[in-house]
Amino acid sequence: MTTINYRQAITEGIARAMRRDERVVFLGEDVGEAGGAFKSTVGLIEEFGPGRVWDTPISEQAIIGAAMGAAMNGLRPIAEIMFSDFLSVCWDGIANEIAKARYMTGGQLEVPLVIRTHNGAGMGFGAQHSQSLENMAMMVPGLKVVAPSNPADLVGLLASAVDDPDPVLFFEHKNLFNDKGEVPDGDHCVPLGRAAIVRPGTDVTIVSLAAMVPVALEAAEALGGQGVSCEVLDLRCLAPLDLDAIVASVEKTSRLVVVEENPRACGWGAEIASLVVEHAFWSLDGPIMRITGAPVPVPFAANLEAAAIPSAAGVVEQMTAALASA
Amino acid sequence: MVEVKATKATHDTTTVLSWYRRMYEIRAFEEHIQKLFSKGEVRGTTHLATGQEAVAIGTAEALRPGDKVLCTYRGHHHCLARGMSPERAFAEILGRATGVCGGKGGSMHLTDVTKGLYGSYAIVGAHLPIAVGMAWASKIRNEQDVTVVFFGDGTTTIGAFHEAVNMAAVWSLPVLFICENNRYSEYTPIDKVCPVPRAAADRAPAYGLDGIVVDGNDIVAVRDAVAAAADRARSGGGPAIIEAETYRHGGHSRADPAKYRPQEEVDAWLARDPLAAAERTLLAAGVDTAAARAEVDASLNAAVRAALAAPEPDLAAMYTDVFAPEGAR
Ligand SMILES: Cc1ncc(C[n+]2csc(CCOP(=O)(O)OP(=O)(O)O)c2C)c(N)n1
Repeated sequence: MTTINYRQAITEGIARAMRRDERVVFLGEDVGEAGGAFKSTVGLIEEFGPGRVWDTPISEQAIIGAAMGAAMNGLRPIAEIMFSDFLSVCWDGIANEIAKARYMTGGQLEVPLVIRTHNGAGMGFGAQHSQSLENMAMMVPGLKVVAPSNPADLVGLLASAVDDPDPVLFFEHKNLFNDKGEVPDGDHCVPLGRAAIVRPGTDVTIVSLAAMVPVALEAAEALGGQGVSCEVLDLRCLAPLDLDAIVASVEKTSRLVVVEENPRACGWGAEIASLVVEHAFWSLDGPIMRITGAPVPVPFAANLEAAAIPSAAGVVEQMTAALASA
Repeated sequence: MVEVKATKATHDTTTVLSWYRRMYEIRAFEEHIQKLFSKGEVRGTTHLATGQEAVAIGTAEALRPGDKVLCTYRGHHHCLARGMSPERAFAEILGRATGVCGGKGGSMHLTDVTKGLYGSYAIVGAHLPIAVGMAWASKIRNEQDVTVVFFGDGTTTIGAFHEAVNMAAVWSLPVLFICENNRYSEYTPIDKVCPVPRAAADRAPAYGLDGIVVDGNDIVAVRDAVAAAADRARSGGGPAIIEAETYRHGGHSRADPAKYRPQEEVDAWLARDPLAAAERTLLAAGVDTAAARAEVDASLNAAVRAALAAPEPDLAAMYTDVFAPEGAR
């Protein structure tokens, strides 16, 4: 076991993948010599050399296209898109080319690659550098969508993502960078599509992802003090989605709260709410509650930004009100 | 700018006959598609390359088996030139289970990896960066393959073109960007939307490359230009932009009568039809082409019949190939 923070876990996860499999190459803007815009890839070029760590021009379309072509031609590329907001610049490559290649060719083409990107709000980057966009990827058949909430999961999920024969979008949350955690040594691997019960409970299920996991845990702690036992589920992946784990938890607790960072409309929580209605309706003792980001571009001012994304205090307040009126 | 002129060199008639035959096969294949389309047998749309056959055959002549080719929705000619089975191509365009993509691709997505065909792409320009990645992998693995990517003149105005060429140039990758300049992007003449006369070649110097211009209706000129660029790329000389000047005889897609084109322009290019030119050469040498045509016709007729008789994909196929089959690594 080593204790490292989330930012170091990014480097560690990439390095382990590159040590394990020589087909793994890594490309992106400033990822090599500069060690990454967030210093999350420091030392990789020193260890693996410029033949495996490639600094690219500012060319998101070319980065994504090159990763795809290389994956089609036998490599296992990891491509970095500096901020998830920039995914829109290369969305064609991701949604139209990468996600559909296997299908449209009747299985002839394989695109085993990982697109890593820095996601989410909380650091005062303003509206074009703070979005939480996992749900955009979840809408596209053919993509796997991963968003780890802690260093151990980051390393373990990245290992599975790099090994996976299909394209994976891997969202790393900027607001978690300094969170520390223990990472198991060796071939630590967390399978894609398995949620984790990060806090067991009996009264209500809180489903969350990435930076909302610590928010949910903090809220659960406070609610525990008020005699409400919350079970917190960290989804880790939106595709594949661990519906079994969600349903099992709701069957146990009979209540569901979804905490998501993205704005409400078409957020992934809506999908989960609808699935739970389909699959566990008779277990529910009350309406499903969605706590989401505000329907606004992420504002810059510290107080506004904090108010625009769910906080532990906000979750406690809304859940307390809902339980009181139940 | 390097201009590769139409060659006056004579080639032995056996070679010319084989080129003629291969061009005729493409032409006749596409005529079948046109007919099947008007009969309602082909769904959606198709984009024919009538008149552009010499670019496809010339390039195919210059490539080696391990080389990779990526083309566009207007790609029947490239696929056939590279050896795709006409019957499986028909079947794909007809949406049959026996098609090259099992009926899930269609006319715009013909793919046959066993022939080095890594996809036909229907988003303008999207495949140029992908080709860069294919070539990048070849370079990393020290393989001698080149990747060829075909695109139209209209594609030079989309960002992906510039990103792809720039990255290929700075990384010195073995990728050949072959622009089939047929003068039109859909219905818009290229000179209305592009500020330089040679849409691809004139941009090459901006990326430190020589623009190579070639008569796209001359198989030999195309073959020589591609072979030279491929040789250079194989030995680490980096990418090339080759602009092949040619013309599509018909409209953009199946239903377009192409009335927007000046008649003199159409006539001038029809007079330069590469298939007719090859036939003239052969007739002048006393070689009859009728037997070759009859053979191709017979085999294409059989291929169409087989494709039409082939079953539709099983409904279960709808859910396969979204992801790798369970456990695949
Ligand atoms: C990104 C994108 N924009 C627009 C289209 C619609 N479209 C299809 S073909 C075409 C013209 C392309 O012209 P060119 O690159 O010259 O190729 P050609 O059809 O002549 O082979 C257009 C605009 C598209 N498929 N993709």
